[in-house]
Amino acid sequence: MLVIKDLYAKVEGKDILKGINLTVNAGEIHAIMGPNGSGKSTLANVLVGNTNFEVTHGSVTFNGKDLLAMSADVRAKEGLFLSFQYPVEIPGVSMVNFLKTAVNEHRKYRDQPPLSAGDFLKLMREKKAMVQIDSQLTNRSVNEGFSGGEKKKNEIFQMAMLEPTLAILDETDSGLDIDALRIVSNGVNLLKTPNNATILVTHYQRLLDYIVPDFIHVLYEGRIVKSAGKELALELEEKGYDWIKKELGE
Amino acid sequence: MAEIIDKITTVRRIGEIYADNLAKIGEGMSETVNNARQPAFRAFQRMGIPGFKNENYKYTDLTRLFENENFRRSFEPDQFEVSLKDVFSCDVPEFDTHLILVVNGWFDDSNNQGKSYPEGVIIKSLRKAVIENRDLVEKYYGKLANAESDPLTALNTVFAQDGVFIYIPDNTHITKPLQLINILRSEDDLYVTQRNLIIAGKNTQAKIMFCDHTLLPQNFIVNNLTEFEIGEDAVIDIYSIQNQHNKTANLTGLYIRQQRNSQLVTNAISLHGGIIRNNLSVLLDGEHAEAKICGLALSDKNQHVDNYTFIEHHKPKCRSNQLYKNILDDSSTGGFTGRIHVAPHAIKTEAYQRNNNVLLTNAAKMNTKPQLVIDNDDVKCSHGATVGRIDEEALFYLQTRGINEKEARLMLMFAFAHEVLAEVKVDQLRVMIDKLVNKRLRGEVSKCHSCAMDCIR
Repeated sequence: MLVIKDLYAKVEGKDILKGINLTVNAGEIHAIMGPNGSGKSTLANVLVGNTNFEVTHGSVTFNGKDLLAMSADVRAKEGLFLSFQYPVEIPGVSMVNFLKTAVNEHRKYRDQPPLSAGDFLKLMREKKAMVQIDSQLTNRSVNEGFSGGEKKKNEIFQMAMLEPTLAILDETDSGLDIDALRIVSNGVNLLKTPNNATILVTHYQRLLDYIVPDFIHVLYEGRIVKSAGKELALELEEKGYDWIKKELGE
Repeated sequence: MAEIIDKITTVRRIGEIYADNLAKIGEGMSETVNNARQPAFRAFQRMGIPGFKNENYKYTDLTRLFENENFRRSFEPDQFEVSLKDVFSCDVPEFDTHLILVVNGWFDDSNNQGKSYPEGVIIKSLRKAVIENRDLVEKYYGKLANAESDPLTALNTVFAQDGVFIYIPDNTHITKPLQLINILRSEDDLYVTQRNLIIAGKNTQAKIMFCDHTLLPQNFIVNNLTEFEIGEDAVIDIYSIQNQHNKTANLTGLYIRQQRNSQLVTNAISLHGGIIRNNLSVLLDGEHAEAKICGLALSDKNQHVDNYTFIEHHKPKCRSNQLYKNILDDSSTGGFTGRIHVAPHAIKTEAYQRNNNVLLTNAAKMNTKPQLVIDNDDVKCSHGATVGRIDEEALFYLQTRGINEKEARLMLMFAFAHEVLAEVKVDQLRVMIDKLVNKRLRGEVSKCHSCAMDCIR
């Protein structure tokens, strides 16, 4: 589904990604871990098309298509989704109008007619129940005045509405209390099918208790320096990242 | 030096126009109106054409505009072969209004025949009112609009010949909005003076819409002034839709006095126009009067929109709240000056003001200036002004959800504008204005969809 080959990227003239190789297949859950500043969020942003990041080398194909040649909105319509670490507040844009526009843009891309108002509201009700988002939140402007937890829930709600084939969750666990974490993880697990895939970007092993990955990759100084199964998370939790650094001979 | 000479020549030329047409201008008008002309002209001579040197016109220099015009003045109503009702029809579905037409500053009487308004309500041309409703006109004409303190007000007072007169007697509620449509229509370049007088008695309720349009592509200068008296306990909404082509200079003055417990909403939506200058003055002249003052300006190309407000808190326990927003594209420019004066005895005043602006290009420019003079210390006042750009982070967020950049930008601009539009209390009107603003932001012709008139080109 996603094939990243020797990817280099920089932001504000500084090289952050220095040769990433990663393949994600349908049905898989990958966790990307690593210390602060290792390039985890940069990778997520590069994949969804943030133009503040400049790709200097390498290729990314998504379902066989050149991902890097697409604009951010086309990537989304091709099935890519990012749950932001810090979702932005957009005063004045109502949740309903925002989601309706987004859903119908996706449908238009697939040559489907727009949803009727009734069908849209029905879809929204279903998905709201699924991810257990407070019904009042969708009466407000996008993320405006939402608590940290509500923002993260809202990200998962949007994911439920848009049904991406590849979802990247950037530090989704940060700022969540244990109940919110359970609700968010539960949502992600419910949305999981054999046809889609998930990349979890996280610092801590905590999230991986709830969403169990098939693979764990350690990102360090812009490269994936170690890949293993889910047991790696426990080892990292126990020993910290210094252990990896030592292994690398630093 | 050259500039000074030009200014003097312009003032002299306008003086000649006045002198040459004195008889025509005064014909059929009452002494109240005619006696105000000469002092107003002297005030105009003293102040001159408003320009950068005048602190109140710092952001809108009109010297060049007046220097370069040699426009026709119509001292009597133009005769049109075509009925304006055929040319103009604003039949927004289910938007039922009392339609009042004004053409080139002249009240269109043919349109006013057989109209039924609630009992006692008078709607007629100012020309007729000065004779037929002499007492009312004498009591209120020129009382709020002080020719001594503003050159455009002075000019208006010098040349005033017609406009709209509205009288709403005490305890009268007009449920249907009054829609006052100002049309500009001339085969040659035209300078228009329009003078309106509106008196809303005690415990009245009315919603009044001003729609400014151009029908032909000539150059226009409009000096349109309204005096508006609002009685005790009255609830008045004033909406203004400015939608004229870019060869128009629309210079408006709206002078309002509010008596106790009255509630006012004003909302000026500037969609198109070459130079728009709105002077708004609200005198809170009775306890517990409240005014909500809003404005939204969307400008592009070389448009210029300048809102100048003066809120005078003259009595205790009044509240005013101002919200003005501009979205400026291309090399358009804008200005906002918000003057608030709280009198020494006007304790427990609440006066708020906010001006937010978005610049879409590097060439667009916005000037904003709060001017608060507070002469007692038992008040709540605040002001804030921002000039910014479209939030790139929000833009990216929308794009990552599959919304293309153009649409995402529009959503954000519309969201920015919406706060002002939300203040429009008439549902159908708000829906209509929402649509107009949306179309305007999309760069489509922002006329009401079924209107036969193409007011942009």
